[in-house]
Amino acid sequence: MTTQMRPLAFINARVIDPAGGTDVRGGVLIADGVISAAGADVTAGNLGADVRAIDCKGDIVTSGLIDLRVFVGEPGGEHRETIASASAAAAAGGVTTIVTSPDAQPVVDDPAVVDFLKRRARDNAHVRVLPSAALTKGLRGQEIAEIGLLQEAGAVAFTDADRAVRNSQVMLRALSYARDYDALIMHQAQDADLVGQGVMNAGERASRLGLGGIHAAAEAIGLDRDMRLLKMVDGRYHASIVSSSLSLDVIARAKADGLKVTCATTINHLTLNENDIGDYRTFLKLMPPLRHEDERMALVRALADGLIDVVISDHNPQDVETKRVPFSEAAFGAIGLETMLAAGLRLVHSGEVSLVRLLNALSTRPADLLRLPQGRVQKGAPADVICFDMDEPFVLDPTQLRSRSKNTPFDGARLQGRVKMSCVAGQIIFGSDAFDAS
Amino acid sequence: MAISPRGERILPDERLPLGGIRAYMPALMSQSQSHIAFPHRHLLGIEGLKAQDITALLDAADEAVSLSRQVEKKRSILRGRTQINLFFEASTRTQASFELAGKRLGADVMNMAVANSSVKKGETLIDTAATLNAMRPDIIIVRHHCSGAVDLLSRKVSCSVVNAGDGAHEHPTQALLDALTIRRTKGRIQGLTIAICGDVAHSRVARSNILLLTALGARVRVVAPSTLLPSGIDRMGVEVHRTMRDGLRDADIVMMLRLQLERMSGAFVPSLREYAHFYGLDEDKLSYAKPDALVMHPGPINRGVEIDSAVADGPRSLINEQVEMGVAVRMAVLEALSHHLRKE
Repeated sequence: MTTQMRPLAFINARVIDPAGGTDVRGGVLIADGVISAAGADVTAGNLGADVRAIDCKGDIVTSGLIDLRVFVGEPGGEHRETIASASAAAAAGGVTTIVTSPDAQPVVDDPAVVDFLKRRARDNAHVRVLPSAALTKGLRGQEIAEIGLLQEAGAVAFTDADRAVRNSQVMLRALSYARDYDALIMHQAQDADLVGQGVMNAGERASRLGLGGIHAAAEAIGLDRDMRLLKMVDGRYHASIVSSSLSLDVIARAKADGLKVTCATTINHLTLNENDIGDYRTFLKLMPPLRHEDERMALVRALADGLIDVVISDHNPQDVETKRVPFSEAAFGAIGLETMLAAGLRLVHSGEVSLVRLLNALSTRPADLLRLPQGRVQKGAPADVICFDMDEPFVLDPTQLRSRSKNTPFDGARLQGRVKMSCVAGQIIFGSDAFDAS
Repeated sequence: MAISPRGERILPDERLPLGGIRAYMPALMSQSQSHIAFPHRHLLGIEGLKAQDITALLDAADEAVSLSRQVEKKRSILRGRTQINLFFEASTRTQASFELAGKRLGADVMNMAVANSSVKKGETLIDTAATLNAMRPDIIIVRHHCSGAVDLLSRKVSCSVVNAGDGAHEHPTQALLDALTIRRTKGRIQGLTIAICGDVAHSRVARSNILLLTALGARVRVVAPSTLLPSGIDRMGVEVHRTMRDGLRDADIVMMLRLQLERMSGAFVPSLREYAHFYGLDEDKLSYAKPDALVMHPGPINRGVEIDSAVADGPRSLINEQVEMGVAVRMAVLEALSHHLRKE
């Protein structure tokens, strides 16, 4: 389909390649679904006659975002989200590749379910949809999933989503087995006993609200165990979410030790803290919980210096039945596909994180982890590019969000930065009217 | 290659250290006295044996093959001797093979089925040993589910003890019969590339084979998912491979291990179908090995899991030869130990 299309050029743009770290005035030329030229040389003056040119009017053009954990609602949770609605939300948020979370019904622990997701995505999604599969059967943490067959079916990573593998012997064998297939394990480490019935960060706020607390140590203890196991098997390990400075210490030590470890945090943990829960706002009930402001600042610094590799949305749509209930009974999770970039730009506007580093963590690093050729604005890379105005202010209206569920923690928040266009393999899948007039 | 008096192939380099032709006059030898140079009282494992001990046993086993193919199979080396087969773990072919070997050498063989024994009533292994010892047997053949149990028992009895498999430790007669099968079909062991595939972690067969084959100069590989490899395996003198394609490349012998089905569902490997897909030996995976590569399996086989029926029953399978060699090797072992039996 794309091969018959006219070449496309985004000109008069600020072109940022988050892989190479370049930030120049110029354009991006796309032919046959891949980037054929990028940089200062791509200008209105030197395009071929057949090229469809789009004037970006100084807006930023960069590689599309890649989100490592998205709950798409299929199969089994279509009331919360569908592949079509998640794809629409992603496209509007500048996310051109999503990795689906395996905590569906049935759980994505069988090659047939991976195949189902791929077919559904082919027919219903405009962004790229890559399934991750369960690390253990049924996400129960007892038996290793069929990592080899699932990988052959197309699973790109193995994770028990927000569940930690409690049994260390199982975890060791899973790490060891996955290593044979060079499979990427993404694990949300936690000491489940220490988490207990907690619902928010342990500390003064939880005590004042009368809510059960979750200590930051619960996550760090789990991570520390995993690092010791990883050292025995030399596999690839990605910490799905780190939320505190204790965890960052563990990751820093493991990286210094030469382990093949990476980590992510969520856009929520970078931009919100436990005080935002206010009067029991369930949309801010997350796992791991939002932490103290000091912890948030530590995460931001770790993102800036690269200790945190990746930022994810942890897009987790929840319908009103699971959120309009008392805080302690509400489901964990928030949506984030559409707001991730704008929320992340808060850190750029405040001067805490450079734009290139933010885009690197949202695009290049996740591509590298998945061994995808995306995540770079370079000749030969797939033409998954987005255009955004990093300054345009707006107040978030949840009713305008494309996700089926509206549980955004940025409900009514002032944000700055709007996605104008998203393009996958050279095809524009989201864009304002201005872009269609060429 | 030389030809023995019985028309069997012999490789000179394997024979010479033993004093050459002496080993090849089998049926002419004494009916009642062994000529095998074997300095040990027990056979507890391959570990501790010198290459020449192993070769002596294999040479004697070659003779036993010839004997076993005759109509008159009986010898009298163990006449009047008592052999007890003490199997704490169920076994069909090993126990039958030891029983037949003992009977062909003239021994009185008694099978102790543990289900009927006082072990089930709580007797300890050492008490069992003392009880049996009081019956004045000459040789006890022991299989036990605990590694080291046979060694322990051997210290408490005054007769010879043969290890018929202890836990995940050793199964020396299996390794000897495998080596005999290889030597008789390939003519040698030195320099061959032998891939041992499957559940190495829990396999006594793998351990004994690694020790024996490396002692005789073979290049040994193990091929398995990491979860079925014991830690430190790379320091046991073998090459470690995790895919059949790498592990079987240019192999002369592909030795499959039996997979315990109870280990199959999630604990060590995710499922039977995943294991069969990546590690089950079929014609396709066998094509990575040398065109004349041969296939072995200690049995009993799980068809369609670790080995495809087409391969197990195919022209390159040595599985039935292994069973025949099993009897011969056990005859050789019993004969070798007969030197050391009490004389009065």
